[in-house]
Amino acid sequence: MAQITQEQAKVYWRRNLALMIKLLVVWFAVSFGCGILLFDVLNQIQIGGYKLGFWFAQQGSLYVFIVLIFYYARKMAALDREFNVDDNG
Amino acid sequence: MDLQTLTYVIVGLTFSLYIGIAFWARAGSTKEFYVAGGDINPIHNGMATAADWMSAASFISMAGLIAFMGYGGSVFLMGWTGGYVILALLVAPYLRKYGKFTVPEFIGDRYYSHAARAVAVLCLIICSVTYVIGQMKGVGVAFSRFLQVDYDTGLYVGMIIVLFYAVLGGMKGITYTQIAQYCVLIMAYTIPAIFISLQLTGNPIPQLGLGSTLVGSDVYLLDRLDQVVTDLGFREYTTDVRLSGLNMFAFTLSLMIGTAGLPHVIIRFFTVSSVQGARSSAGWALVFIAILYTTAPAVAGMARLNFIQTLEPEPGQYLRIDERPQWFRNWEKTGLLGFEDKNNDGRIQYSADAERNEMTTFDQDIMVLANPEIAGLPNWVIALVAAGGLAAALSTAAGLLLAISSAISHDLLKGIFTPGITEKQELLASRVTMALAVLGAGYLGLHPPGFAAGTVALAFGLAASSIFPALMMGIFSKSVTREGAVAGMICGIGVTLFYVFQHKGIMFIPGTDFLGDTAANWFLGIEPNAFGVVGALVNFIVALAVSRVSAPPPLHVQELVESIRIPSGATIHYEDKT
Repeated sequence: MAQITQEQAKVYWRRNLALMIKLLVVWFAVSFGCGILLFDVLNQIQIGGYKLGFWFAQQGSLYVFIVLIFYYARKMAALDREFNVDDNG
Repeated sequence: MDLQTLTYVIVGLTFSLYIGIAFWARAGSTKEFYVAGGDINPIHNGMATAADWMSAASFISMAGLIAFMGYGGSVFLMGWTGGYVILALLVAPYLRKYGKFTVPEFIGDRYYSHAARAVAVLCLIICSVTYVIGQMKGVGVAFSRFLQVDYDTGLYVGMIIVLFYAVLGGMKGITYTQIAQYCVLIMAYTIPAIFISLQLTGNPIPQLGLGSTLVGSDVYLLDRLDQVVTDLGFREYTTDVRLSGLNMFAFTLSLMIGTAGLPHVIIRFFTVSSVQGARSSAGWALVFIAILYTTAPAVAGMARLNFIQTLEPEPGQYLRIDERPQWFRNWEKTGLLGFEDKNNDGRIQYSADAERNEMTTFDQDIMVLANPEIAGLPNWVIALVAAGGLAAALSTAAGLLLAISSAISHDLLKGIFTPGITEKQELLASRVTMALAVLGAGYLGLHPPGFAAGTVALAFGLAASSIFPALMMGIFSKSVTREGAVAGMICGIGVTLFYVFQHKGIMFIPGTDFLGDTAANWFLGIEPNAFGVVGALVNFIVALAVSRVSAPPPLHVQELVESIRIPSGATIHYEDKT
C-alpha cells in the first residue's frame, strides 16, 4: 500500500483547496454574478433574441458548471498521480 | 389508435421494462440493496443520478413555474444545477473515500457520537419526506390526467405503484431501472420541445429556438413574449425578478447547497468504484441533467406563448367557451383547470387583473403535460410525455424512499438500537419503513404546501440548513466537535422549520400557519422556500461557537478527517509519532 508522509498530505490538500477556490470563484461569477447581481447591466447587451443577463441565468451558467466539474476531475486526477494516491487501479 | 389507448400502451410498455429490470437486478445482500455492490461505472452512475435527481419537480413542474415566473424562474435552473459543482468539489469525493453506506453513518463517525447520527437521521427524514410530498403532488397530477380521474384518486393510484416498485428493488435494481427511466424521460422531454421549437421558430434545437425569431417574421420570440404578457397586464417575461435580487440570491444558494446536502443524491456517489469515479460521475450526472435543464426554459417560454395564443387568438378576441379545445376539456376533469364566465359573454377572458380574469382555476403543474396537446402535436408524443412524467416521479420517489429506509434500518436499528439484527431482518425493516413513508407522504400530498417544484424547494432548504453544514465542517475542519455539530444541526433545521411552518402551516396542514403566507411578513423579504440559506448560516455559527467551548475531537477522528482527504487507501505515515 502506498504511503505518503504527513508533510506530503498537507501539500496535496493545500493544492486541492487552491484549485477548489479558483473554480468556486468562477462558479459564483457566472451564476450569482452574471445571472443575478449584474443582470441589469448585462441585459444591455443582446445576442440573437437573448438579453445577455437572461441568457446567463437560464442557459450560460449551466454550461459553465459542466466545464468546471470536468476540469476539476481532470486536474485532480493529475494531482493524484503526482502524489501517487491514485485509487483508480 | 386514440390518445387514451396509445397512452395506456406506451405507459404499460415502459413500466414492464422497469419492472423487468428491477426483477432481473434485484438485490440479494444489504450491500447490493444500499450501494448496488459499489461497482457501477461513472457514466452509468451519472445517468442514474440524473434520473434519480430529476423528479416530478424537474419534469412536470419546473417549466410550468418558469413559464409563469419568467426570469424569476432562473432560481430553479441555476440552483438545481450549480449544486453539482459543490457536490463534485466539496462533498462527493470525500464521502466516497469514507466508503460506508449512509450519510448519517459518516456524521456519526466524524462526530464520534450516536446522538449526532440520530439527529442526522431525523434531519434526513424531515427533508426526504417533504421531498416525497412534492413527488406525490407530481404523481397525482400525472395519474389524474392519464386515467382521467380527479387529483386525489390519481394520488392514491400513484402511491400504490411507487410502493410496489421501490420496495422490490433496493439500490441495485434502482440503478439499472433508473438508467432506463432516464432514457424514457429525456426523450419524452426533448421530443415535444423540438417539435414546438420547429413550429414556432423553424429551429430544431430548443436552446437556440428560444433566442430566434418567430417563423415568418423578424420579431424575436422573447420580444413577442414580453409584449403579449405585458399586454395582458403581467410583468415582462425576461426581466420579472422574483420578489427581490436578495430573495433570488438566497433562493438559488439555498437550492445549491441543499443539493449538496441531500442524502439520496450523495449516496449515489457511494456506488462508484473510486474517488476519481465519484468526481467525474458528478460531471456526467450534470451533463445528463443539463440536457433537460437547458431545454426547460425553452419549453417554458414557448408554452407560455402558445397558451396565451390559445386563450386570445387575436388581440382582444378571447377564446369562445364552446370552442375550447379538447385538451382544455380533458384537464377540466382533473379539477386542476377551470374557468368561470364572470361577464357572461361566452368567452374566457384571461388577464393579470383578478377581477376580470376568468381562468379561475389553473394549476401551473399541468403545463408541461398539457404542452404537447396545446401545440397540437401527434398523439404518440403526448403519450410519451405522460410516460416520461411518471418515470421522473417514480425514479426519484424510489431513491428517496431508499434513503429514508436505509437511515432507519441501517443507522437507527442496526447502528444504534439493535446492533444484533441479521441482514434479513435489516432488509425487512427497511422495506416496512418504505411502506410507511409512502403512506405518510401520500397523506400529506393530499394538501401539498405548494406546486411540486415549490414543495421540493422546501426540502432543499431543510437539507441546506441541517446536513450540508455538518458535512462541510466534518470534511474541512478537524476541530468542530460532537457538541458543536449536534447543536448546529438542531438550530439550523429548527430555525428553517419554524420559519416554514409559521408561513406554510405546521406539517403543511392548511390553517395551522400563524403568520400567513404573504410577503409582508417575510424576514428581509425572503420567502420560506429560500430560507434554507439562513438556516445554514445559523447552523455554521452555532456549531463553530459551541466547538470552541467543548473538548476537542479525539485523535482518531482527526486521523479519519485526514484519511478521507486522500483518495487512495494510502495510509498517512506519521513519522513524528512512531
